[in-house]
Amino acid sequence: MSERRIEIDRPWSWRRFFLRWEWLLVLIFLGVNVVNSSLSEYYLNLDTFLGTPMSFLDKAFLVLPMTFVIILGNIDISVASNVALSAVVMATSYNLGLPMPAAIILCLLVSTACGVVNGLLMTRFKELSAVIVTLSTMIIYRGIAYMILENRAAGKFPEWFSFFGWGSVGPVPFILIVFAVCAVFFSVLLHKTAFGRKVFGMGNNLMASRYSGVRTDSIILAVSALTGLMAGFTAVFLSSRMGSTRPNVAVGYELEVIAMVVLGGVSTSGGKGSLAGPILAIFSVGFLNYGLGLVNVQAQILLIIIGLLLILSVLVLKVRFRGRHSHSAVQPDDVSIRRR
Amino acid sequence: MKADAKLRALRAMKAAERYRELGLLVFIVVLCAVIQVRNPGFLTIENIADLLANTAILGILSVGMMMVILTGGIDLSIGATIALSGMVSALTVTALPGIPPIVSILEGMLVGLAVGSLIGILVARFDVLPIIATLGIMNVVRGVTYLVSKGAWVSSYQMSEGFRSISSGKILGVNNLVALAIVVYAAFGYFLNQTRMGRRVYAVGSNPEAADVSGIPRRNIVAFVYAVMGALSGLAGVLWVSKFASAQGDTAGGYEMNVIAAAVLGGVSIAGGSGKVSGLFLGTILLGILNNALPLVNVSPFWQQAIQGLIILAAILTNVLVKRSGQHQALRKRAI
Repeated sequence: MSERRIEIDRPWSWRRFFLRWEWLLVLIFLGVNVVNSSLSEYYLNLDTFLGTPMSFLDKAFLVLPMTFVIILGNIDISVASNVALSAVVMATSYNLGLPMPAAIILCLLVSTACGVVNGLLMTRFKELSAVIVTLSTMIIYRGIAYMILENRAAGKFPEWFSFFGWGSVGPVPFILIVFAVCAVFFSVLLHKTAFGRKVFGMGNNLMASRYSGVRTDSIILAVSALTGLMAGFTAVFLSSRMGSTRPNVAVGYELEVIAMVVLGGVSTSGGKGSLAGPILAIFSVGFLNYGLGLVNVQAQILLIIIGLLLILSVLVLKVRFRGRHSHSAVQPDDVSIRRR
Repeated sequence: MKADAKLRALRAMKAAERYRELGLLVFIVVLCAVIQVRNPGFLTIENIADLLANTAILGILSVGMMMVILTGGIDLSIGATIALSGMVSALTVTALPGIPPIVSILEGMLVGLAVGSLIGILVARFDVLPIIATLGIMNVVRGVTYLVSKGAWVSSYQMSEGFRSISSGKILGVNNLVALAIVVYAAFGYFLNQTRMGRRVYAVGSNPEAADVSGIPRRNIVAFVYAVMGALSGLAGVLWVSKFASAQGDTAGGYEMNVIAAAVLGGVSIAGGSGKVSGLFLGTILLGILNNALPLVNVSPFWQQAIQGLIILAAILTNVLVKRSGQHQALRKRAI
C-alpha cells in the first residue's frame, strides 16, 4: 500500500511561495499598469491610481463574502437583486420622509434580512442546491423592487450622501478606505479565526465537519447574513455614486462577482482559495478596464477578455493541481464528485 | 419479505412523483379557472394560440436545458447564444435577402452548435465546472455578438419577407413556432425514453461513477448534451429574431433564468438524473401562463416578476416536502 500523507503544516519554501496563483495576478496587475502608463503620459500619478478604484469598488464589497460562499462550495446568484431591493427600499423610505441615516440603516437591515432568508432556505431545505434557492430569491427580490418602484427612479438624496461615492479623506477616496477595512476584516475572519477554518473544513467535507461537531447550519446562516450585509454596502455606495436608484440597478453583478472570485484562484468545488486572490483580481480587472477605456476599446472586448480569463484561470489551476497531487485519491475539482 | 418491503418503498416514491405532476396539473387548472373568472377572454382559441406561440421558444429551450440538468450540469450561456445566432442569421439575411428561410435556420443552428460544442469540450474533456464554463463562454459570446454587429441593431425592414415568415407562417393551421416546439418535444421525448443514448443521459446524471464503471462513455454524452443545447439555442435565436423582428446585442439577456425556472418547475432535479418530459411540458406551460395571462387580469406588469418568483419558490419547496413525506411513508412501511 502506498504511503499517503496529509500535510497539515507544509514547510515554507521559496518555490511554493512564488508558485502561488496570487503572483500571476500581481504580474497581470503590474503588466496592466505598465501598458496603461505607456498609453497615456498622464496615467502614472497618485491621483489616477487612487481615483480609478472609485469606479469599480462598489461591487467589490460583494466579492469578499462571495469568496466565503464559494469556499463553502455554495454559490449565491441573488446578490445583485438584493442590492437592487435594498437600494430601492432606502431611496423610497427617504423620499417618504425617513431621515437619511435611518434610511441607510434600514437598507442594511433589509439586505441582511434577504441574506438570512437565503440562509434559512438553504439550511431548512438541504435537498435544494444553493443555485436553485438563490435563483428563486433572485427573481423574488428584484420582483419586490419592481413592485415598490415600478419603472420610476427614486433619489434626490441629501447633499452629504454623495460623500460615500465621491468623497475622499485627503487624497484617498472614502470608498477605498471602507473597502480596505472590510477586506482586512474578512481576511482575518477567513484566515485567522476558527470560523474561517470551519468554512474551509465545510467546503472540503460538509459531512465530516458536521460529525466532528461543527455547527454547520449556523455557519451557513452567518455567511449568508454577511453576504446580505455587504449587498447593503454595495447598495449604499452605488446609490450615492449614481445619485438615484432604479429597480434595474446592478443587473449582472452576480456574474461579475463570481468571475472575480474564480479568477482569484478560489476553487468552485469548495475548500480551497484565499481572499488575497479575489482582491487582486478586482484591481487587475478594474485597471484593465480603465486602460481599455484609455485606448477607446469598446466595453464589449472587456467582456470577451473576462470570459477568456475566467476559463483560462480554471484550466491553469487544474493543470497545476494535477501536476502536484497526481497520486491523491481525491480530486476535488473532478466534476464527477458532485454535491447532493 | 425484504424485497417486498423494498418494492413497496419504491412504489411509494413513484406515487409521490406522480402526485407532483398531478399537483402541477391541478395548479394549472385552478390558475386558469381563476383567470377565466376574472377575464372571460382568456380561454378563447385565439388567446390560447397566442399564448402557445409566445411560449414555444421557451419550450424548445427548456428541452435542451432539461438534458443539461439531467447530466448534473447547468447552462447559463444560452441567452448569449440566442443573441449571437440571431444576429448572425439576421445580418446574413440583410446582406443576401434571397436566401430561403430554411438556410437561415440551419445557419443559426450551426452557430449555436459551435458554441455548444465548445462548452461541451470544456466541461467534458477538461472537467471545468459547468457553471463556470458557461459563465465564461456567455461573456465571450456576448462580446462577439457586439463585435459582429458593431453595436448596431438589425430591424424588421432589413429582413426579407421569407425570414419574417419563419415565425408568422403556419403549417396545417398551426403557427410554425408551435409546430416546431411540438416536433422538438416529440423527438426528445422519444429520444430520452426510448433510445439507449437517452437512457444513458439519465444514467450519467444519477450516478457518474457507476456510469463510468459500466462502460458508458460519460464524457461523450456530456459533450453531446451541451452541443444539443447549443444547437437548440441557435434555432431559438433565429426564431426569436424572426418573431420580434429585431436583432440586438442584448437580445435575450437573462433569458437562461426563465428556461432554468421552467425546467425546475417541471420537476427536473438540479442534482441530475431525474425529470420527465411530461413534467417539463407542464412546467413550461405554467410559466407561459404566468408570463402571458397576468396582464389579462389587470395584475400590474411590475408585479409579474415577484409573483413568478414566489410561485417558483413555492413549487420547489412543495416538491421537497412531498418527496420528504414520500420517503417518510416508505420508511414507516419498511419498519413493520
